[in-house]
Amino acid sequence: MLAWITGLIVLLVKLVVVLVALLLTAAYLVWAERKLLARLQVRLGPNRAGKFGLLQPIADMIKLLTKEDLVPESADRVIFLLAPAVVSVTALLMFAVVPFGTDITLFGRRVPLIISDINVALLLVFAFSSLGVYGVALGGWASNSKFALIGGIRGAAQMISYELPLGLSLVPVVMLARSFSLVDIVNAQNSYPFILVQPLAFAIFVISAMAESKRIPFDLPEAENELGAGFHTEYSGMRFGLFFLGEYVHMQVLGALVAVFFLGGWRGPWLPGPLWLFVKIIAVALVMIWIRGTLPRLRYDQLMAICWKVLVPAALINIILTGFVMLI
Amino acid sequence: MSSDRTKKTKPADHPGTLIAESIKALGSGFATTAKHLLRRPVTEQYPEQKRVLPERSRARIVLTRDPDGRERCVACYLCSAVCPVSCISMQSTGGEGGRRVAAWFRINFSRCIYCGLCEEACPTSAIQLTPDFENCRQDILEMVFEKDDLLVDHGGRDDRYCFYRHAGIATDTAGKGEHVNEQPPVDAKSNLP
Amino acid sequence: MSVYAILFYAIAVFILASTAIAVTRRHLVHAAVFLALSFFGSAMLFYLLGAPLLAMLEVIVYVGAIMVLFLFVIMMVEVKGKDSGVLTRGQQAAAALLGIVYVAAAVMLVRAAAAGGNAALQAAVAEPAVFGEYLFRQHWLSIEIASFLLLIALMGVLHLGRDIRRRQTGKENAS
Repeated sequence: MLAWITGLIVLLVKLVVVLVALLLTAAYLVWAERKLLARLQVRLGPNRAGKFGLLQPIADMIKLLTKEDLVPESADRVIFLLAPAVVSVTALLMFAVVPFGTDITLFGRRVPLIISDINVALLLVFAFSSLGVYGVALGGWASNSKFALIGGIRGAAQMISYELPLGLSLVPVVMLARSFSLVDIVNAQNSYPFILVQPLAFAIFVISAMAESKRIPFDLPEAENELGAGFHTEYSGMRFGLFFLGEYVHMQVLGALVAVFFLGGWRGPWLPGPLWLFVKIIAVALVMIWIRGTLPRLRYDQLMAICWKVLVPAALINIILTGFVMLI
Repeated sequence: MSSDRTKKTKPADHPGTLIAESIKALGSGFATTAKHLLRRPVTEQYPEQKRVLPERSRARIVLTRDPDGRERCVACYLCSAVCPVSCISMQSTGGEGGRRVAAWFRINFSRCIYCGLCEEACPTSAIQLTPDFENCRQDILEMVFEKDDLLVDHGGRDDRYCFYRHAGIATDTAGKGEHVNEQPPVDAKSNLP
Repeated sequence: MSVYAILFYAIAVFILASTAIAVTRRHLVHAAVFLALSFFGSAMLFYLLGAPLLAMLEVIVYVGAIMVLFLFVIMMVEVKGKDSGVLTRGQQAAAALLGIVYVAAAVMLVRAAAAGGNAALQAAVAEPAVFGEYLFRQHWLSIEIASFLLLIALMGVLHLGRDIRRRQTGKENAS
């Protein structure tokens, strides 16, 4: 019984630490994105709240929390209120299976630095990423607005299409690691990261993961110059904040997954594991911001053509090649 | 649809060159933005750094004065008539020395769109737009400017122009025949054939 | 009652309730959402019974793909829920018959399982690798047949889409 209670306490502490770290990083990722994007566009970015605008995320949070929470009159009330939670909760839950270090020993107990090591962790990531579609589609539908509906439909179509190359690109990784567990996948990259042997899978994964997180150049669901704000046009206050939070947490999860699947996870010289993972997440996020500052939005037919005519066949060929090489 | 698209763009000679070209294009794009990262931001920090606006930029409306310091406005209602949002209103009345003046003159700046048509319509260069754009108020009623708020102590752009020196009416500024480029009035009695 | 039993019955009640709401809702989107919730509940049940692979596949395939496609179609065509007479008498009879068959099969399965424990879950609780090996060694023929069927369906859809487009362009050229 005592062991059970200490186990629960350790789990709760880990949950709190990871949650706080995720939310704080999400807040400062927003700051970093605005600042870096501004410099890419020869602007200054936020610099009023605090030194270098470092208090900007806090100011934004206060603003979002104190704003009126509007529900459109003809909206489907319950679904409208719940949809933002689906987006942010699924994004947060995906982090539950990401390992961020080796086991450490605390008060004579071995504590694995992961919230939940299950043997189907990779499938869990996909399950939650496919649940995230509901938040977008239902949020867009329940707003009872044409912009939001078109955004939601685009979002649903884009996300279910890109889930396919996302999953197929990871099959070679699973084949090499011989496990669905992210801990095993990181351990399999003990000698070399998988990006060296699977550059094609890496490219496919990054492209489709960016499409999955609806960022530029794949931001058709929220294309602001044609759809207002897309699926979250009608949202205000903290419910909009939850969509926003979901996007930035998704960015971090994406960075963590790229790190775990291709860059060796928390492995690296000199620095401790969690710090290495953090560095890799931030590096991936900064590259995504750079991409946002560089590339224009795709046309809808280009979006679908890239997914079905380029990424899916390339991923399938990659699987066959990997299997062939592994058999020899 | 797809057929005429392929007609316009020249056919790719080789998939290898196509991939190489697209990678080159992507690379040059990323290099451009990376170079921008090192440039000095062009942002002007507004409340601290105020740039001098061009003289003819259109913002707050003023009523200017003659070189001799008297009101130029003759209350002709032309600005009020031309105003597309009907934000100018006034009441004409007779002033001292045979002049016409506005008894009251009112511009509702909460409606004004700063189009500058009033300035173009004004025959006396009285109503003019200035580059001073910082006039927002907490209370919308404070945006209604009366004649006292609008009048300034200078002549604005045409600061040497005085309407009553050119107009053919006798006032205390210039009597009959004393206006610029005006011949003295013909004596009807000496003009007999 | 152990914690697991309490969880089991709570999830079972959740599944039954959401399924009941799903089949009685007139509003199609609400029905689809409750059906997705019901699938999610069965995934939780699979996980509780020690079959995480099945749980994840349930979520990915049923909730994440099939129900999203249903939702997508409902949102696209925006069907107004009919007030009454959704099913004809013949359809009702067929539905009742299938329901009876399903209940009978479930009862037989439970009775068979009661003798030897959780017989129906034996393959499901296996590790992913073992499960895959079992599937591809023992049932490779059925998997190939099923995938061939899907491929044919895919080509059929492609053919239908192609045909319509060609007919349309043909009309445009004629006029």
